[in-house]
Amino acid sequence: MRTLRDVPIGGTATVLRLRGAGALRRRIMDMGITKGTVVYVRKVAPLGDPLEVTVRGYELSIRKSDAENVEVADDEPTRA
Amino acid sequence: MNTTIALAGNPNSGKTTMFNDLTGSAQYVGNWPGVTVEKKEGALRGHPGVIVQDLPGIYSLSPYTSEEVITRDYLVNERPDAIINIVDGTNLERNLYLTTQLLELGIPTIVALNMMDVVKKSGDTIDRERLAHKLGCEVVETSALKGIGLKEVAERAAAYGLNRPNMELPHVFTGSVEHAIAHIEESIEDRVERPLLRWYAVKLFERDEGVRSALGLPGETMEHIERHIADCERELDDDAESIITNQRYLHVRHIVDECVRHRRSGIKMTTSDRIDRVVTDRILALPIFATVMFVVYYLSVTTVGTFVTDYTNDTIFGEFVHGGLSSWFESMAVAPWLTGLVLDGIVGGVGAVIGFVPQMLVLFLMLALLEDVGYMARVAFIMDRIFRRFGLSGKSFIPMLVGSGCSVPGIMASRTIENERDRRMTVMTTSFIPCGAKMPIVALFAGAIFGGAWWVAPAAYFIGVAAVVVSGIILKKTRAFSGEPAPFVMELPPYHVPAMGNVLRSTWERGWSFIKRAGTIILVSSVVLWFLQSFGLSDGRLAMVEDNNGSLLAAIGNVVAPLFAPLGFGGWKPAVATFTGLIAKENVVGTFGVLYGFAEVAEDGAEVWANIARDFTTLSAFSFLLFNLLCAPCFAAMGAIRTEMHSRKWTAAAIAYMTVFAYAVSLMVYQFGSLAAGKGFTPWSGVAVLALAALLYMLFRQPRADHAGAIRFQRKVETHG
Repeated sequence: MRTLRDVPIGGTATVLRLRGAGALRRRIMDMGITKGTVVYVRKVAPLGDPLEVTVRGYELSIRKSDAENVEVADDEPTRA
Repeated sequence: MNTTIALAGNPNSGKTTMFNDLTGSAQYVGNWPGVTVEKKEGALRGHPGVIVQDLPGIYSLSPYTSEEVITRDYLVNERPDAIINIVDGTNLERNLYLTTQLLELGIPTIVALNMMDVVKKSGDTIDRERLAHKLGCEVVETSALKGIGLKEVAERAAAYGLNRPNMELPHVFTGSVEHAIAHIEESIEDRVERPLLRWYAVKLFERDEGVRSALGLPGETMEHIERHIADCERELDDDAESIITNQRYLHVRHIVDECVRHRRSGIKMTTSDRIDRVVTDRILALPIFATVMFVVYYLSVTTVGTFVTDYTNDTIFGEFVHGGLSSWFESMAVAPWLTGLVLDGIVGGVGAVIGFVPQMLVLFLMLALLEDVGYMARVAFIMDRIFRRFGLSGKSFIPMLVGSGCSVPGIMASRTIENERDRRMTVMTTSFIPCGAKMPIVALFAGAIFGGAWWVAPAAYFIGVAAVVVSGIILKKTRAFSGEPAPFVMELPPYHVPAMGNVLRSTWERGWSFIKRAGTIILVSSVVLWFLQSFGLSDGRLAMVEDNNGSLLAAIGNVVAPLFAPLGFGGWKPAVATFTGLIAKENVVGTFGVLYGFAEVAEDGAEVWANIARDFTTLSAFSFLLFNLLCAPCFAAMGAIRTEMHSRKWTAAAIAYMTVFAYAVSLMVYQFGSLAAGKGFTPWSGVAVLALAALLYMLFRQPRADHAGAIRFQRKVETHG
C-alpha cells in the first residue's frame, strides 16, 4: 500500500485511510489529514526527516514514520 | 455575580494577543514554544464584573494532550457563561474544526473571526453572515493585532452571560451517525445536564475513555451504546473516531466552500513561503540554524548578559547594597547574628537571583523574538531527527539550549512539549546541560587542578550532552516511558514581523516568573543554609560560631562524607560544598573559599586553588566535578521540576535519577581511574564494575515491547463485525 512517506517532494496525494491507533492517529486526523484530503508534500527537513506538507491551506510537519500510517493514492489535485 | 468568558482557539490564532488587549494584563504571546498550560485570567477592561479566562491553544477536544484535557475539563465542569472562540480567518478549515466541537458544549459561543486585516489584504472575502448562519452562532470580524473588533466581541459575549441565549445547533454528521448519537443521548439524558447532552453523546460515540469513566455508565447502557456505534461503524466501514473526525471536516469544508471567495486559486508563493524556502533549505538550513543559535547564545550568555550580570552582582549588590548596609549596620551597632542574616542570608540570597535576571532577560528576549517571528517551530523541525533518537522531540532542543544558560527557565520551556512523556524526559535531562552557574565550578577546577586547560569547559558541555543522550536511551526503555511513540505532527506557522509589544511582554513575563519562582526558593534555602553555616553546638547549646569548622553544616558534612569516599572525595569540605551547591551551583566555589578560611573569593576561586590542589588529586577533582555537574540541580531548578512534573512522585524520581546517575558515573570514573593508576582492586572497584554492567545493560537491552496501542486498535477492528 502506498503511504504519504512514498510521495515524492513536490508531489500531491489523496488520503485513503489512516493506520495506527490512539493518540497518534487521532492527532493526525485532528490536524486535518482525514480520508479524502489532498496533501501536498512540500519539502523534507535538512536532516532527511520530518516532512513538511501542505494540508487544508497550512503547513504541517510530520515524521516519516508517522507518514507511513497515512495510506494515500497519488493523483492530480482534486478537492475532496 | 461575576460573568466568566472563556477564550478558546487554535495555537497561533492570536488568542493571547486578544487576551492581553481585553484584560490589559501583562501576558505573553508567541508562535513557539506556545502558551503555557496554566490558566490565565483577568477582568475585562472597563467591566470589573466580567472575568476573561484564557485557555490553552488547542486543535481539538480529543483526550490526548494535557492542553486539550485542561480545556475540556474546564469547559465541562466550570461551565463559563460564554465562550469567545478565536478563529484564524486565514486558516478557516482547521480552526472551524475546533469550533464545531466547542459549539457542542452548549455554552453560548461567539466566533471572533480574527486576522481579518490579513484576509482582506490577500483579496479573499468571507461571507460573515452566511458563516454565522451555517455555524449557528454569532460571528464578529476582528484583528487582535490591530485591536479591531475586540471590544464588540467581548461586550456581546458579556451580554450572553446575562441573558444566556438558547443555541440551536445544526447537524454536523450524516443520518446514521446523528441517529446513533440521538440514541446515545436518550440513554444518558438522566445522567448529564441538558446543555451538555450532545457533547457527551458525541464523545461516547467516539469511545472517549475519559468521558466513559467519568460517566460511570452501567454495563447494560454501555452495551446498548456500543451496539449503536458498531452498527454505524459497519455501515460506514470505518471506526467511530474516524467517522466523527472525517464528518466534522467534511462539514467544515462545506461551510468554507460556501462562505469564502478566494481571489486567486491554486498554491501561491507568499513572502512567508519564500523565507521558509531559504531558512529550511536542505543545505542552508543548518548553517543558518547554527548562526542563529550562536548569536542568541553569544549575546545572552557570553557578552551582554554576562556583562550586565557581573555589573549587578559586583557593583550593585557587592558594593552598594552589601557595602552600604554593612557600614550602616555597623554604625547602628546591630547584633552580629542579625547583620549576618541580612547581609549573608537575605542579601546574598536575593542577589543570587537578581544578579541572574539581566542575563535571563536578554536570553528570553532572544527566544521571544524567535518565537514571534516563527523560527522556533522550524528549530523543532530541523532538530527533530537528532533528538528523537534518544526519546526526546525536536522541541527538546529549546529547553536544552536555554538550560545552558540556566536550568530553571530551560525546564520551564519544556512546558510547550505537548507529549507528556517527551516533556517529562526533557525535564529530567535538561539540567544535565551545564548551566551558567556550574561554570565557576568548572573554572575553579580547571584553574586549580588542570592548569587552566582550555578543554575543561568544552568537556563539561560534552559530558552534559552525553548524559542527556545516555539518559534518553536508558529512560525511554523503562516501563514509565515505554509505549506508543509521541506524535510529531506540528503546525509550522507562517513567518511574520515580530510585534515588539508582544516580545517585550513575553520577555518580562518569563523573567518575572523566574524571579518569583527562583526568588522564593533561593531566599528561603539561603536563609536556612546561612543558619546551618553560622550556628553550631557549643557546650550543648545552639550558638553562633566563629568559623565554619564548628557549624551545624560541618557536622552534617561529617556524617555524609563517607558516602562520597568511594568517589574519591570523602572529606567533609567537598560534602559541604556539594550541599551548598544545591542552593546555587556557584556556591560551591564560595563555600570552598569560606571553608579554607577566605572571606571572599573571585568567581573562579583563584584564592583557594592551592588548597584545592593539595586536597584533591586530578582523579578525585575530576570525579567531584562530574558529580557536581550531573547530580541534583539547585533548589530553584528542583522547584521548576516540581512545577512542570505536576507530581511529587515524578519530581522525586527525577531528582533521584539524576543523583544516582551522577553517583554511578563518578564512582566508575574514580574507581576505574584508580585501577588504571595501578591501585589495587577493592570492593568498591567491584561495585563500579557492577554499575558499568548495569549501565551497559540498560543502554543496549531490547526495549520493552508494548502492545497497548495495537491491542486497542484490534479491539476497534473487532467491533466492525
